[in-house]
Amino acid sequence: MILQVKDITKRFGGLQALTEVSFDLPEGHILGLIGPNGAGKTTLFNVINGVYPPEAGRVIFRGQDITGLPPYEVARRGLARAHQVVRPLDDLTVQENVMVGACFGREKHSLSRATRLAGEVLAQVGLKERAGQLAGLLNVAQKKRLELARALAARPYLLLLDEVLAGLNPSEITAMIETIRAIREEGISILMIEHVMQAVMNVSDHIIVLDYGLLIARGTPEEVANNPQVIEAYLGDPQMTARLLAE
Amino acid sequence: MQAWRQPGFWLPLMIVFLWGLAVLLIRQDTARETAFTLLMCVGLASSLNILLGYTGYVSFGHIVFFGLGGYTGFYFLSQHNWSLLASSLAGGGLSAGLAGLVGLAVLRLRGAYFALATIGINEAARAFVSNFEPFGGATGLFINFSAYEQYGGAGPALWTAFTFLWLITLIVLATSFLVKHSRFGLGLLAIREDEDAAMVMGVKAPQAKTIAYVISAFFPGMIGTLYFFKNGNVEPSDAFQLHMSIESLVMVMLGGQGTVLGPMVGAITYQGLRGYLLTSPIFKSLHLAVAGLILLLIVLFVPAGAVGWVRGRFPRWRRVLE
Repeated sequence: MILQVKDITKRFGGLQALTEVSFDLPEGHILGLIGPNGAGKTTLFNVINGVYPPEAGRVIFRGQDITGLPPYEVARRGLARAHQVVRPLDDLTVQENVMVGACFGREKHSLSRATRLAGEVLAQVGLKERAGQLAGLLNVAQKKRLELARALAARPYLLLLDEVLAGLNPSEITAMIETIRAIREEGISILMIEHVMQAVMNVSDHIIVLDYGLLIARGTPEEVANNPQVIEAYLGDPQMTARLLAE
Repeated sequence: MQAWRQPGFWLPLMIVFLWGLAVLLIRQDTARETAFTLLMCVGLASSLNILLGYTGYVSFGHIVFFGLGGYTGFYFLSQHNWSLLASSLAGGGLSAGLAGLVGLAVLRLRGAYFALATIGINEAARAFVSNFEPFGGATGLFINFSAYEQYGGAGPALWTAFTFLWLITLIVLATSFLVKHSRFGLGLLAIREDEDAAMVMGVKAPQAKTIAYVISAFFPGMIGTLYFFKNGNVEPSDAFQLHMSIESLVMVMLGGQGTVLGPMVGAITYQGLRGYLLTSPIFKSLHLAVAGLILLLIVLFVPAGAVGWVRGRFPRWRRVLE
């Protein structure tokens, strides 16, 4: 297991954001995390990578307890993240953005090695021509790719992807899915939050479902789509389920 | 890192080097005094830029490191007969140490809260020194005239102070470039752009910010020692002038925060303007108001400053105008 989440509980004041959430992510797998808006998906990411400490529970990454470590310590152990709301470093070039990931990620590259690695990663995500441009000038799809490139440049063992498909048009989604599959081929495990159902059902090995901070289902994409609780709580109407199954 | 190959590294260094050399060769007292004031501003603004320009943290009370470091250096110089080098290192060391302690506590604050806290530190230091007997309390410290003898008299001592300041300014500019173009500097720039995202990417923000603060405090402490050595005395009202903090901010913003050349351009431009204002009959008591107005206009219309604006407008010049 590359990641084990055990009984994570997180409260914000009176709001119970996560209640005893537990799941495992085997090495090399893509695990999809779905759920309605406000279910606690992004909060769960924030607990896993150390942005928020949980009230209870443990996060075990590659056998090490990383619960409560600050985000930079988590990043240095090989866990990288692409944000839902893209956060490019606007006044730095695209290449410098990626170099930050390479310099301060797991392998802690020197500047010259980071420059080379940034070139490779930018080619991989299809941003090579933009390397010298200021990151603030990219369009939304390019910024999403930049988020991914920065995370990849850290050479992580595990990648947290928070809605990297949101806001992309169908052809951009297809291209992004290809990129995600290629990343998995390199042996990087992936935990992804996604609202684009067809995509997440397609690409994930397993899926877990959060609803109001509770983990209500887990299984293969088919099992989850057929789970009555999921249909009830999340998908709402049976017709949508039928559509998902038909894909 | 091959700094010596880059024109952006050499340009500011060559300007200051040739300028100081010319002053030393001309050997004219007025030229030296003018250059002393300007180099001091270049040094202070460039030091401030390492914090303000690279990490994005605004320190309104940065002059405390000039004042307290200068006091400390002057104390060892005048009361214990330390050499100029040793005492200015002591002054710089004290400022750096203070920044390290303060930084760990205060750099948790962000934005306006950090800026306010730094003003508080300056005022606290002034109050402390005014009541601290070893530093002469409210009357301050004087140097014994005989102390100048080891430099060949009072006149040559002024030249020694100038030469020393010239070298320190060169070191500050080199440090500024090397920090900006290092792995550490890339981390600082990431913090400036988005601190939370930087931490998620693995930048140890608390440590990196504190180190930047320490570096930016060290040089003002050394420069303060030289300044008070040149003056022959130090008192609280000279050492902790909040308006000097504001003026250094104007210099950095005017020239271009986050660039190596910018603070130098800003310092020289601002001092030139200030000299004009102070001698003009209309503006002579308004120069701080004009400084405030400049700051306002820059922040509103040219937030990148002069050098930053040119860099944005003419990308080809980026390698030269670092």
